[in-house]
Amino acid sequence: MATAATERLRNYLDAYHTLGANASRQPAWLRGLRERGFARFCEVGFPTTKNEDWRFTNVNAIAQTPFCLARDARRSEATYSDTLDACRIPGAACQLVFLNGRFASELSDLGNLPRGVRAGSLAQAIAQDGASLEPHLGRYLNLERDAFCALNTAFIEDGAYVYLPRGTVLEAPICFLFISVPGNDPEMTNPRNLIVAEDATEASIVEDYVSLGSGVSFSNVVTELVAGEDAVISHYMIEREDRQAFNISTLRTQQARSSNVTSHSLLLGGGLVRNNVHPVLAGEGGECLINGLFIGNGTQHMDNYMLVEHASPHCGSRQFYNGILDGHSHGVFHGRIIVHKDAQKTDAKQTNRNLLLSDDAQIDTKPQLEIYADDVKCTHGATIGQVEENALFYMRSRGIEETDARSLLLLAFANECLDRMKCAPVRDYLRDLVQGWLPGTSHSTNGNSARAGEVARRWEEVG
Amino acid sequence: MSILEVKDLHANIHNHEILKGVNLTVNAGEMHSIMGPNGSGKSTLAQVLARRESYEVTRGQVLLNGKDLLAMKPEEAACEGLFMAFQYPVEIPGISNAYFLRAALNAIRKYRGEEELDAMDFLPLLKEKMRLLEMDERFLNRPVNEGFSGGEKKRNEIVQMAVLEPKMAILDETDSGLDIDALKIVAKGVNAMRSADRAILVVTHYQRLLDYIVPDYVHVLVDGRIVKSGGKELALELEAKGYASTEPASAAAR
Repeated sequence: MATAATERLRNYLDAYHTLGANASRQPAWLRGLRERGFARFCEVGFPTTKNEDWRFTNVNAIAQTPFCLARDARRSEATYSDTLDACRIPGAACQLVFLNGRFASELSDLGNLPRGVRAGSLAQAIAQDGASLEPHLGRYLNLERDAFCALNTAFIEDGAYVYLPRGTVLEAPICFLFISVPGNDPEMTNPRNLIVAEDATEASIVEDYVSLGSGVSFSNVVTELVAGEDAVISHYMIEREDRQAFNISTLRTQQARSSNVTSHSLLLGGGLVRNNVHPVLAGEGGECLINGLFIGNGTQHMDNYMLVEHASPHCGSRQFYNGILDGHSHGVFHGRIIVHKDAQKTDAKQTNRNLLLSDDAQIDTKPQLEIYADDVKCTHGATIGQVEENALFYMRSRGIEETDARSLLLLAFANECLDRMKCAPVRDYLRDLVQGWLPGTSHSTNGNSARAGEVARRWEEVG
Repeated sequence: MSILEVKDLHANIHNHEILKGVNLTVNAGEMHSIMGPNGSGKSTLAQVLARRESYEVTRGQVLLNGKDLLAMKPEEAACEGLFMAFQYPVEIPGISNAYFLRAALNAIRKYRGEEELDAMDFLPLLKEKMRLLEMDERFLNRPVNEGFSGGEKKRNEIVQMAVLEPKMAILDETDSGLDIDALKIVAKGVNAMRSADRAILVVTHYQRLLDYIVPDYVHVLVDGRIVKSGGKELALELEAKGYASTEPASAAAR
């Protein structure tokens, strides 16, 4: 056992040293950050289910697999055009493409962003203007959290970088597309994303994770999002990788006073997926909304872990998660809220609603409220149920066929989440996407896509 | 010509026999009422006809326009012209009244080989029926029955009936929980649906509704069987003398 563990650690050690050699031009502060990350990773190793935060999610499959750093997957543009077309969000300000975690400028559409706005590669930003990133990169993420954050930090190389100067208002979303291209050997990428939104900015940013081809891959993602005073930022995370993919992601947001940050997550693909959302309401009067939808089938495992920290008074937070689980899939919702001692007049609410569509589907839902202030409002609730039989019968009694009726009810349930997305181009794109992923449609075992397509077309036309 | 023929219908739920041989024929253009004490099987009869699968039919036959109703799924029965106004209409969050009804109407039209209606054509039709039942237009985009009062839910059932234009309409205790004003509006809607090619079956506990929706025939259901049938005067007689006045042993059907 010890030998195997050492073997796997050596794997990462070798990769770390290789990266170190290649990244010698990274500034000293970044190399120091990476060292701390690697040291922490070696210290703790991958979590086990004995770790309370990982109680319902066994990452042994990741721990046992000898991942190496993903190779460069550049090929001619022709290989990617179908994927790029399918993943293009109409109305986006830009589409920035990463292949196996590295920016592919030749595949990207940089759009026409206003002066001063930066949207592109983190690696390039570090090379060109590292000093402006130093105050933020790595300052918010807690390396102590878990090994994955530490591992990502150790291997910082590239990822998405967004900088919004004070007062920038962007209506069209900035879209990042991360394409995993599995190879013959299991490969991992560590996309590191940084979004810095100065005071009074407004924007929507999308991170979309897809696979080209089938195979074992591991995307270990960290996003740090800093929102200045009065900033209004929406972040969208879409996970739709191959069923053999592992995807562990952490969104750590830091909110200044009166800022409003919304995090939307849509988990559709991947075999083992864990999405951590960790906002810290650091300034008074901040608001955050965490809005998620996960749709599991087959043997998928989807773990949603929230940690909302109320560190300042008069802040509000809302968590709304809807899960649809079919087949033998397993969903987890772990909603932690920490209200620090001085965070008086906190208003926090958490709701997790789940539909289990099969006897073997499973959900673990756990609220966790840690309240240290004495004048707060915190509520939480969870429901677990099946498709409402009475509603189904009612619809059938009006002539609607059973499969259509089920689809409509699932769509209505999914729409609870989608309706909270305020960026219209993204929301409209995701509505279409979700309809194809609902059980009973093309992506699930039961191929009934024509039906669902009809239902989908009618849905958009209000009667 | 008969729209609905019920012959010796026996039905169980949880192995407990509720319907013990119901016989009933409803012809086109007729309005029948079924009355009976609590537990007599009135709602069971309505639910079995609406094809609720939790009830087990152990004997008997039901023909809808000459076709075997008991062999039909709920959606098939609806497409063949059956409609039931529920006693407890369900709320469906996330699906608007307008969307739901158009989906239903188009499912039925498609079954019949008719062209489906798009939103533009459907809306005026729906609004007209809503006006008849004095329903506010705001209900169009509200989720089905969500936040509706009891009276609004019952009126919404009749709006649906008016839009779907069934051949055989069954009203399951539509009057329960309604005040007199709501009752009158519902009756207005139902009466507007009376026509030579439509049959209506009103299941009710109280006689009051029948002052406004005047039936051609009244049947008394006691302990799973129709024990007496008559004209509209029978309803008044029951009101005056109570259900015990009927003879439990005889079962006469018209």
